[in-house]
Amino acid sequence: MDTVSPIERILRGIALTLICLFFMFPIVWIFLMSFQTNETILRVPPSVVFSPTLENYTALITGRLETQAGTLDINFMGNLWNSLFLSTTSVAVGLLLGVPAAYAFARLKFRGSEDIAFTLLSFRFAPPLLVLLPLTIYFQQLGLANTYGGLIWVYQLIVLPLILWIVRGYFEDIPADIEYAYRIAGHDFWSTFRRIALPLAGPGIAAAGLLSFIFAWNNFVFALVLASADKQPVTVGALAFVTASGIQYGQVAAGIVLSIAPTFALALYAQRYLVEGLSLGAVKG
Amino acid sequence: MTTQLSLRDVDKFYGPIDQGVHAVRAISMQVPKGDIVALLGSSGCGKTSTLRMIAGFEAVSRGTIELAGRAVHMLPPVRRNVAMAFEGYSLYPTVNLRDNIAFALKAQRLPEAEVNRRVDHVAEMLEITDILDRFPASISGGQQQRASLARALVRDADLHLLDEPMGQLEPQLRTLLRGRIKHYIKERGLTAILVTHDQTEANALADRIAVMEGGVLQQYGTPGEIKDRPANLFTGTFVGEPPMNVFPAAVSLSGDRLTFDLTAGLNLTYPAEAFAPQVRQMVLARGQVVIGVRPYAVHRAPQGAPARVLANQWLGDQTHIAASFAGKSIVLVEHDRATCREGDEVAVEIRPQDLHVFDPETGRALSHGPELAA
Repeated sequence: MDTVSPIERILRGIALTLICLFFMFPIVWIFLMSFQTNETILRVPPSVVFSPTLENYTALITGRLETQAGTLDINFMGNLWNSLFLSTTSVAVGLLLGVPAAYAFARLKFRGSEDIAFTLLSFRFAPPLLVLLPLTIYFQQLGLANTYGGLIWVYQLIVLPLILWIVRGYFEDIPADIEYAYRIAGHDFWSTFRRIALPLAGPGIAAAGLLSFIFAWNNFVFALVLASADKQPVTVGALAFVTASGIQYGQVAAGIVLSIAPTFALALYAQRYLVEGLSLGAVKG
Repeated sequence: MTTQLSLRDVDKFYGPIDQGVHAVRAISMQVPKGDIVALLGSSGCGKTSTLRMIAGFEAVSRGTIELAGRAVHMLPPVRRNVAMAFEGYSLYPTVNLRDNIAFALKAQRLPEAEVNRRVDHVAEMLEITDILDRFPASISGGQQQRASLARALVRDADLHLLDEPMGQLEPQLRTLLRGRIKHYIKERGLTAILVTHDQTEANALADRIAVMEGGVLQQYGTPGEIKDRPANLFTGTFVGEPPMNVFPAAVSLSGDRLTFDLTAGLNLTYPAEAFAPQVRQMVLARGQVVIGVRPYAVHRAPQGAPARVLANQWLGDQTHIAASFAGKSIVLVEHDRATCREGDEVAVEIRPQDLHVFDPETGRALSHGPELAA
């Protein structure tokens, strides 16, 4: 069956290697940087040979950054915790709101349902800068600026449309008659949703949850404007390494490694579900 | 005989009432307890909409539905106590066939031994015993369909709704199971409504047939009534395989001969006394009628009217001969293998007692063979 010629196989291998190099190089380079001091990082020409040091990581974990200008307190572990807390809670809230909404959009045809669904999707392609200024003013007046609650609310702009549209496609793929069969066998609407619709859309819900977690984790601009130091996630916290005495490349790299580790691990673990979930959901609609 | 299901002036609109698509138009019918009723019609005739309104999946736009003495048209499906076999099977993909079939029985909290006994019984009846441990995704469409049917039939519901329950089965199995299913339903005293577009299935299974077209209930009667006394031209030509031959005719009386002028220079002439007097008067008063005759009632006879053979098909147990007749075509069914060939001249006879007479404008039946002939 397989009619791939050896030359084709070799060419394909080369192409794959190039692509791998292209995408993996920054990550590998950052990883190597995180074990070097600023001096070895900045030497010319750069070299991959160096004596590794853990001082970047210890600085981050202990929260004390030694620079030539003196000792600086940084709150990197706090930022990491903020990221974890904000992303997890946002996704949880997003699922709680988005999954029933997706079900409603998939199953019930009501006036304006398409318009509402589209409006929600438009949050995804509207640039955040557009809403940032009014949002900041409102949040300050409402007392929501610099609160976890306010941030989680704004994060819904990121996670809710994703969850809604991915999960909706999944619900639409479940034949309505399966739910009818369950209802006619003596179950009410709510238990049908819980016992039939939710489990069958499970892979889609998981994919949407993972993807929106990654998007929420990577968010920068909302958190930059709406949160001060103690509520900032890692994406914003990394700015602290731009100090008076220069950019602390070693710590930045170590910070990046620590901050991408959770999403990286999650994506690696769940990539099969992600691809499956996203492509299946996209078949219809 | 008590009425188990009663529909009164049931309307279904998709979209706003009186403005949307009028899928079901003022249907009224009564189903006696223990009867099997077939809803027969072509695609889009409103039969599935009717079924889904009875099940509670579609709201009733107007009218009432009573089931076992309760008005159910406002109740959610869970409270109507009906069972249904879906056209698309709709088995629960996460559990095996045994659990699929036992599902409602378990929800009813029947003892496990009883549940197993019933599931085994219905599975044996439908020949799915050996696949009870399999999951829906790993079996064929026909097997899924039988499992879906089993899941519906196994229940003790006030009404069993079967939507095209045998569409995916191969012909031999369908014939075998038809008999078994009927026996099973009758033995348990269930009341069932069967949606089908297969008239053989309707005739074989049903005590009564409801013929639907364009959202309107055209006729509701026993298979015999539908065949012998079609209420209108639609029922007459829709039920029956091959379909009834119909010809518009101008009626006139000359002397003691009654003539049906089928145009194209062809007349059917009968002695006037072959027709009952009131039928004779009625058709003469109207002048224009449509006459219909079933293919198996058209015979070749030396004294008949001329026709030219267009095709001769031997189906293994009967011959279908299509012939050009009065500018149209006529179909004959014969039980022996006919020898005539394309282009042959034949003479066909249509006897008064086999005629159906319809109103050309409304299509309503005016008279049928047995009472039409003197």
